[in-house]
Amino acid sequence: MADITDQKERSFPKIEFTDSEAGALTFPSSKSRTYNYYKPAKLRATMYEDVTVDVQPDPERHLTQGWIYGFGDGPGGYPQEWTKAKSSNWHAFLDPNEEWEQSIYRNNSAVVHQVELCLKNAKRAGVYDNWNTSWLKFIERNVGAWMHAENGLALHVFTAVQRSGPSNMINTAVAVNAAHKMRFAQDLALFNLDLSEADVEFDGSAHRAVWQEAPEWQPTREVVEQLTAEGDWAQLLFATNIVFEQLVGSLFRTELVMQISARNGDYITPTIVGTGEHDYDRDLGYTRALFRLLTQDEVHGAANKELFGQWLSLWVPRCLAAVRALQPIWSQPAEKAVTFATSLENAKSKFSFLLEDLGLDIPKELDQ
Amino acid sequence: MSRQSLTKAHAKISELTWEPTFATPATRFGTDYTFEKAPKKDPLKQIMRSYFPMEEEKDNRVYGAMDGAIRGNMFRQVQQRWLEWQKLFLSIIPFPEISAARAMPMAIDAVPNPEIHNGLAVQMIDEVRHSTIQMNLKKLYMNNYIDPAGFDMTEKAFANNYAGTIGRQFGEGFITGDAITAANIYLTVVAETAFTNTLFVAMPDEAAANGDYLLPTVFHSVQSDESRHISNGYSILLMALADERNRPLLERDMRYAWWNNHCVVDAAIGTFIEYGTKDRRKDRESYAEMWRRWIYDDYYRSYLIPLEKYGLTIPHDLVEEAWNRIVNKGYVHEVARFFATGWPVNYWRIDAMTDTDFEWFEDKYPGWYSKYGKWWEEYSRLAHPGNNKPIAFEDVGYQYPHRCWTCMVPALIREDMVTEKVDDQWRTYCSETCYWTDAVAFRAEYDGKPTPNMGRLTGFREWETLHHDTDLADIVQNLGYVRDDGKTLIGQPHLDLSDPKKMWTLDDVRGNQFMSPNVLLNQMSDEERVAHIADYMANGTKSSA
Repeated sequence: MADITDQKERSFPKIEFTDSEAGALTFPSSKSRTYNYYKPAKLRATMYEDVTVDVQPDPERHLTQGWIYGFGDGPGGYPQEWTKAKSSNWHAFLDPNEEWEQSIYRNNSAVVHQVELCLKNAKRAGVYDNWNTSWLKFIERNVGAWMHAENGLALHVFTAVQRSGPSNMINTAVAVNAAHKMRFAQDLALFNLDLSEADVEFDGSAHRAVWQEAPEWQPTREVVEQLTAEGDWAQLLFATNIVFEQLVGSLFRTELVMQISARNGDYITPTIVGTGEHDYDRDLGYTRALFRLLTQDEVHGAANKELFGQWLSLWVPRCLAAVRALQPIWSQPAEKAVTFATSLENAKSKFSFLLEDLGLDIPKELDQ
Repeated sequence: MSRQSLTKAHAKISELTWEPTFATPATRFGTDYTFEKAPKKDPLKQIMRSYFPMEEEKDNRVYGAMDGAIRGNMFRQVQQRWLEWQKLFLSIIPFPEISAARAMPMAIDAVPNPEIHNGLAVQMIDEVRHSTIQMNLKKLYMNNYIDPAGFDMTEKAFANNYAGTIGRQFGEGFITGDAITAANIYLTVVAETAFTNTLFVAMPDEAAANGDYLLPTVFHSVQSDESRHISNGYSILLMALADERNRPLLERDMRYAWWNNHCVVDAAIGTFIEYGTKDRRKDRESYAEMWRRWIYDDYYRSYLIPLEKYGLTIPHDLVEEAWNRIVNKGYVHEVARFFATGWPVNYWRIDAMTDTDFEWFEDKYPGWYSKYGKWWEEYSRLAHPGNNKPIAFEDVGYQYPHRCWTCMVPALIREDMVTEKVDDQWRTYCSETCYWTDAVAFRAEYDGKPTPNMGRLTGFREWETLHHDTDLADIVQNLGYVRDDGKTLIGQPHLDLSDPKKMWTLDDVRGNQFMSPNVLLNQMSDEERVAHIADYMANGTKSSA
């Protein structure tokens, strides 16, 4: 039996009632209960604005002592010169998705649960057993190759860009974009793992050789590597989310995989790829808002449009080269529900609509 | 997900990387370190499929506690002495957190190990979480605590305040200069591995003792991510150690990072814990005792010293000197007195110390009263306006200190101050190591070898220079530290909100001309300067008042 006669006196802090609640007294500023150092977009500040605006300081706003560390070859902090694009007020950009930690984890967890449930059901129902060889080969090679592109963009485009933007709102939106890409790339890889463990003819290691050597994928890999090599953060964001994702990413995901999977007896792949499409839809939303702000800038709008025109001339041909090389994969599945010409036409049409929305001219290279 | 599945899944996602052949990723942020001989290992088996639900669950617990705190009227029992200091702390900390996110691509650029890139990118998302969850905690305080002034202008105040700038090093230091110095040694190996222990564990413990259980809820949740970040830092450190050429740089960076973290974090967190608490139980650990446990034993002895066998030169002398400054040289007490001296240009209120506090300090730091006691009695005597100026402008035997050019905490241990002409300007430093940091470490050459990627100390480093020869009332007004009646100061040297006559206004502080010690120092003749410095340094051994 426990000895209860020799218990040490415990030491613990004494709680005191202090009446320190809001409203306990009236005095100057006793009702000042909103962040007052920025002007919210609407009458009432959103949670997103409150937790994001001005957390990254700026000498053009409240930062009086300037950046206190510099690089060996230039100023520190977040210099506006890290892109050729110009804005009268970079802080005017607000993420239409209003991403902050709760939205990041809620949204991505929901996707994780959806994908896991889908894969679990697929295993339980043995659906992979019914897939024909040509479809398994299509997934093995092409979805397998594509996951590399997603991962490369996650780590070396979006993760890189979120260091460089001149406002916290830009950088946080891009960081969430990076998280989307990482999760999606990994989901495709783990789907690949499931298939390689299923009792079907599927080589789970084939994706590497396809991505690195197959002729149809080399121009895509080339443009992804060219993207990672670009140092101007706004150009990188523009080239990736406006050009590459429209002409190559959506072409592959929306115009091919999402259209033909069902006809080939596969409801699993579009469920997973659909999450990537959903991500891109959100990520395009913030990208569109940012570049619309830049093209409509009263002072710099015209110069920005000219600059973006130059970027289009550079990146559209590169992406179209990648697209043309991919044409043979449209013929690989047994059920060819859509032609390459139709898919490309759809992608070009959506791309043109996006450029028009941004106030940009359709580049002549698109017709080549 | 089971351990076996996780290992298999992790192996699978590591297949996603490839060696580029058409173009290599841009190197935006350079390093003078080399990793050609580095072993490649990623100890952090983290995949997004398990990461997002795990963090969502952690979030749900935090937000549940927040709802509970409001429903349970937590603010009936919160000590104002404590929560006032949170106006400073929570204005600073979201920036270092988001800076840590921004630092991750620097490490990714610098370290040629695809396996670790995944862990670094996950850390990036963690840090976005930390920054926004802390901003939200502050918003909750602003909405529910009796005095929202100071919380309401938080990010502006952070950006224009002398203390905010000190804290800003703990953020800018993560994202600027040599990528490995900044994003690995300063951020991960020292700040996260050593000093988050006092920041995110010791300090929340003190918050709970002062009636605030939300700070522990949020910061323990934050701290639970840090172990993964520590693994990232450790992996890169081991990779750096594998190449002999990195040894001098590692030695340099460990000295700089350790000392700067000590100067900045111990100044702030030491003050919050020792001067923000009402818990004066004798068996409550002092900051010095916490430091001994969390930093000296857990970090220095258990983490750093074992790295000696891998060839890391550990700054033993600086660890011992940091301890000496805390326990024998009154570092934290000097910082607290400095913050209290500057109360008119604060955006938080500072409570006076009472006999109960005196007794506790004397018990924990023998000799405390003879050095600081009388000054705090003067602080109480001068707490209200009408018959006296703010304490900084009264003769209480305290000379407004020179600012350390490097760490920007003033040279408060006056006998240790170093004065040198650097870059054609007379500069003061709190210590030999801070002088070395400016004059030797943050330069384009180190140890006879070029270090083009090393950072530079820039900006208006002495806050006082910006306000030199200006009336105090104008300074306060320019900073925006005025309440919504247009005249009452946000900062007050007491906690009494019940009587408007006891609250200082712009008129009460007008007529006091504020002078920059550094500007004055540079205006002195050689003889005047020598005499001034000798007097300043001798003052360090005097008792107050």
